Amino acid sequence: MPFGNTHNQLKLKFSSADEYPDLSKHNNHMAKVLTPDMYERLRSKQTPSGFTLDDVIQTGVDNPGHPFIMTVGCVAGDEETYDVFSELLDPIIEDRHGGYKPTDKHKTDIEASNLKGGDDLDSNYVLSSRVRTGRSIRGFCLPPHCSRGERRAVETLSIEALASLSGDLNGKYYALKNMTDAEQQQLIDDHFLFDKPVSPLLLASGMARDWPDARGIWHNDNKTFLVWVNEEDHLRVISMQKGGNMKEVFNRFCTGLTKIESLFKERGHAFMWNEHLGYVLTCPSNLGTGLRAGVHVKLPNMSKHAKFEEVLKRLRLQKRGTGGVDTAAVGGVFDISNADRLGFSEVELVQMVVDGIKLLVEMEKRLEKGESVEDLIPAQK
Amino acid sequence: MPFGNTHNNYKLNYKVEEEFPDLRKHNNHMAKVLTKEIYGKLRDKQTPSGYTLDDVIQTGIDNPGHPFIMTVGCVAGDEESYEVFKDLLDPVISDRHGGYKPTDKHRTDLNFENLKGGDDLDPNYVLSSRVRTGRSIKGFTLPPHNSRGERRAIEKLSIEALNSLDGEFKGKYYPLKSMTDAEQEQLINDHFLFDKPVSPLLTCAGMARDWPDARGIWHNENKTFLVWVNEEDHLRVISMQLGGNMREVFRRFCVGLKRIEEIFKQHNRGFMWNEHLGYILTCPSNLGTGLRGGVHVKLPKLSTHAKFEEILTRLRLQKRGTGGVDTASVGGVFDISNADRLGSSEVEQVQLVVDGVKLMVEMEKKLEKGEAIDSMIPAQK
Repeated sequence: MPFGNTHNQLKLKFSSADEYPDLSKHNNHMAKVLTPDMYERLRSKQTPSGFTLDDVIQTGVDNPGHPFIMTVGCVAGDEETYDVFSELLDPIIEDRHGGYKPTDKHKTDIEASNLKGGDDLDSNYVLSSRVRTGRSIRGFCLPPHCSRGERRAVETLSIEALASLSGDLNGKYYALKNMTDAEQQQLIDDHFLFDKPVSPLLLASGMARDWPDARGIWHNDNKTFLVWVNEEDHLRVISMQKGGNMKEVFNRFCTGLTKIESLFKERGHAFMWNEHLGYVLTCPSNLGTGLRAGVHVKLPNMSKHAKFEEVLKRLRLQKRGTGGVDTAAVGGVFDISNADRLGFSEVELVQMVVDGIKLLVEMEKRLEKGESVEDLIPAQK
Repeated sequence: MPFGNTHNNYKLNYKVEEEFPDLRKHNNHMAKVLTKEIYGKLRDKQTPSGYTLDDVIQTGIDNPGHPFIMTVGCVAGDEESYEVFKDLLDPVISDRHGGYKPTDKHRTDLNFENLKGGDDLDPNYVLSSRVRTGRSIKGFTLPPHNSRGERRAIEKLSIEALNSLDGEFKGKYYPLKSMTDAEQEQLINDHFLFDKPVSPLLTCAGMARDWPDARGIWHNENKTFLVWVNEEDHLRVISMQLGGNMREVFRRFCVGLKRIEEIFKQHNRGFMWNEHLGYILTCPSNLGTGLRGGVHVKLPKLSTHAKFEEILTRLRLQKRGTGGVDTASVGGVFDISNADRLGSSEVEQVQLVVDGVKLMVEMEKKLEKGEAIDSMIPAQK
């Protein structure tokens, strides 16, 4: 893999125009923002760990566009990427996160008691509830850039920290490379197992290198709290359960996350966070809270309504298929979650999901009865 | 992509044991050779263009093994890789190329007149004949490592050179990124079109970056001489036609290749070559002649004979499916080609194919008549 400092020097012998990528057929945030002039100004730079502009944008060059969502087209290789390449990343962040300005401040709020309601979403429609976020451990490079030594160190620290959890959060770590067939089958049946990325969005950025070395899954005995180690981010923390009790899911999420953070701090490691970008993660789309709270919900009638997309937009929600980000919906069941990540707190985002889903289910019930939903269409949140 | 000079220095903060890849489940040439000691010795080195040990071996770490063939598991990023990382690559080369020693000299012979026979392979059995090789242009880094600027420069030089060809070699270049649907359809029907690599052996080495920028196909009007630009090597040169006249295929191959080399020399560009390794290519398996001379041949009976594999080994031939290196055979039709690349000349290797296929077709005919072939089993060549 070529994009280190020395090879970067070699590339500077070619003119900027010769090196500038052909983005004429591209449709992603990076392609919208990166001009030849900007490329010229940034191409000689590197972060302290050696991540360069071409490293940042490679995934966006290799992946011109995605049928379901507008992809970001760039990644961070370390915390400093967002600084060294702010000229490229600030406009992308602004475009992606609803006009978020370089001078804006982000609010963090993982106090679960601040959430109103959320314990009574109708389980006839809401099949499952889930909240996830990511965390990066300060002092290490991120998955597109980290070496095996770094990745293993992240794993070792994570295993130690997670082993200290107790009570409802007592659990076990399953390293991907040592998993028995039985363990693997169980994790698949529980819908917990993550596999080597196949999405070219991830592969092109180098996140799958050395798979499955230092990757693993930790979950509690109750199977309601789960941590992925070294997938797209250092840590992905997930709270989930069947049914519509999002409040309980969020309670567990906040409690677990806070405990994990203090365990890391005890060992001298903080999470990457700053007051402008909130939690720093690999993909610029996950900055801020890094939080995606969502449900799998049956909306066969509502989803065919002419105003479905509009309603989602106004509620600041997005839809996905139930297989995850790159999939389509099956059988009228949708994954509906918050669209925002940055500029709103965790509590605010989960509140939007809770309130929005409640409304969508009401609308579904109306349509089932052949009634109109016009009076329920919300204003823009 | 991380493995450049600065990040390489960063990695040196971790001990050898911490960075050494886990190769316990691996079966490729790199995994057989790379010890912690060799890793420790080579890990702080880089070629002048910044290629490091981790760059060389990444594909072998990411791809533990292949069901049909023993993969090499490492690639060169530039001409100097073979020198700077010789502690790893010399044993890999020796293992792969039949005991070839660091002190051995390689013979180049592209005088087609030195081939005996080859114009009379039975077209009832030999469906098509083909000879291919690769060439790297001195002064540029190789596909795993090169930048867009370098790749485009290679394309430009290649187009210039190929457009100078005339007579039986007069032809046209089709860049992948501006191909019309009609052109694409025609190239597929002619079995000429190469697509973005999907094999993880290639994608993990970084060869598919920026696809399809600066990639293209050139072919002559007769559709018997074809050049791929910037796929796995700078140039892949292919001569092919239906039927069994390998002599004609090889004549055209040699004449065309020499013309191309002359034109490059007129522009002060040589091919990478040295008297120890012959022609330098991306994959160590293609060193020497880089030549694969082969036929698609119907051997439904011989291929099910108990001694088929043994016969091929003795004839110094290998079999593949008709879809290429990663495929299985279909309907008793095999792709049979020379197994060797380094340590014997082009003429010698094509001679082995001509003589070997002639023998196997005779054996097939015997088996059709229900006769034994034991008396025909050859000695080890």
